[in-house]
Amino acid sequence: MKKLIYLDNAATTKTAPEVVEAMLPYFTEYYGNASTVYAFGEESKKAVTKGRDTIANALGAKPEEIYFTAGGSESDNWALKATADAYQSKGKHIITSKIEHHAILHTCDYLEQHGFEITYLDVDENGLISLEDLEAAIRPDTILVSIMFANNEIGTIEPVAEIGRIAHEHGVLFHTDAVQAFGQVPINVDEMNIDMLSSSGHKLNGPKGIGFLYIRKGVKIRSFIHGGAQERKRRAGTENVPGIVGFGKAVELAVANMKERTDKEIELRDHLIERIEKEIPYVKVNGDRVKRLPNNVNVCFRFVEGESLLIMLDMKGICASSGSACTSGSLDPSHVLLAIGLPHEIAHGSLRLTLGADTTKEDVDTTVDELKKIVAHLREMSPLYEDFVKNEAK
Amino acid sequence: MYSEKVMDHFQHPRNVGEIENASGVGTVGNAKCGDIMRIYLDIDDDGIIRDCKFKTFGCGAAVATSSMATELVMGKSIQEALQVTNKAVMEALDGLPPVKVHCSLLAEEGIHAALWDYATKHGIKIEGLEKPKNDISEGLEDEDY
Repeated sequence: MKKLIYLDNAATTKTAPEVVEAMLPYFTEYYGNASTVYAFGEESKKAVTKGRDTIANALGAKPEEIYFTAGGSESDNWALKATADAYQSKGKHIITSKIEHHAILHTCDYLEQHGFEITYLDVDENGLISLEDLEAAIRPDTILVSIMFANNEIGTIEPVAEIGRIAHEHGVLFHTDAVQAFGQVPINVDEMNIDMLSSSGHKLNGPKGIGFLYIRKGVKIRSFIHGGAQERKRRAGTENVPGIVGFGKAVELAVANMKERTDKEIELRDHLIERIEKEIPYVKVNGDRVKRLPNNVNVCFRFVEGESLLIMLDMKGICASSGSACTSGSLDPSHVLLAIGLPHEIAHGSLRLTLGADTTKEDVDTTVDELKKIVAHLREMSPLYEDFVKNEAK
Repeated sequence: MYSEKVMDHFQHPRNVGEIENASGVGTVGNAKCGDIMRIYLDIDDDGIIRDCKFKTFGCGAAVATSSMATELVMGKSIQEALQVTNKAVMEALDGLPPVKVHCSLLAEEGIHAALWDYATKHGIKIEGLEKPKNDISEGLEDEDY
């Protein structure tokens, strides 16, 4: 098999070998339940404590403010539904944005069906929310602002600290979905005025099936999963000890070499963008050029459809993703691309390439070389391109 | 996700291109949904389809169904071409995933639209052929990048 070029690290990442190695003993050797009395279970408890400490340190949080979950979607569901439940006597209004992950947007749909009112903030052409819009949207009955730290499709990083400050000035809680950002950009929950934060292990070279919700001390939200007394009685279920160990290790690695790794990614990212813009005509780079995740490239190729692009890249061993309708299983292209104002047919031609720690310059160059050929081939086949060329000739 | 036949027609699409001064051209689909198909037909005086070409903006299934549809109508009479239904195209491709079945409708509509164009140009009526829906312009906005 030819070399795989994996450029879909926003979807999931390779579990780092060091992470797997750290996890292994907790499957077969120290498999005890962390909630038991005997000394054998103590090993598991220690491992959970260590993982929690590492993650809390990385965020400037206290260990008792980290609640392990099964992943980002659970954390988002918990933050929204439990806040709605706990604070509904104060009000039933929640503010979010139009470009959130579906774990937020579909939870908001659910809450709307249960009597809550949701304001979806618009974003500008780069995917940034407006702080003025946010402030204007806050009402006396607003109980929560939930805005993502960085967008999963276009990589735009939102002004999180300012969002948190505005929410707090009005006595409103602030939750952020940091699934894409944690491990990629420095985060400090105090400096950034964050009350709740969602994260997932497998996005930063940790294992799948583990995540956490950071809940600032004093935020009175209750259990989402009922049962045993784990996680300070707020999230029942036997601790996923290997998952927590792996997540902790992944965070340790991500934080330790963040600067070095992201500097390299930014260089490759900008090289990739530059080559695409220079060598392929009729393209548009989506997302903010500067306030952008180090590993995210999102481009629309006019007159070309995204799924076709993905299949042809796949045949060259390149893994990527697209916001076209055909890849979402619906008739509409990505809500994020529509929210930044792209017309439908341009949004259908989007391609997301997300780099990882292992991505090389050679990978990036091979990808652009292949893309040039593929885009030219698909345009040759495209009636939209045919019309465009004929119009230009007039 | 796709059958071998679909992948074959996607990777090596038959009859891609344009026909100059074609007897009939039909463009169907909707840029909003991400699928647009254009079929060119060259029909001789005996009403036989001598050549057929296509251009498609769309997913793998849309490209493969276009390609297969051109193969199925090539050399056929107009009445035979009308029998090339979306079901026939799908069967010839060994099936499509359920979410992609709508792509095969486009192939049938594309052929019908091209035949309608031919009939209109020649002032004839083709038995069993209805005026195609044409929503090609929907969602198309002129923007310059």
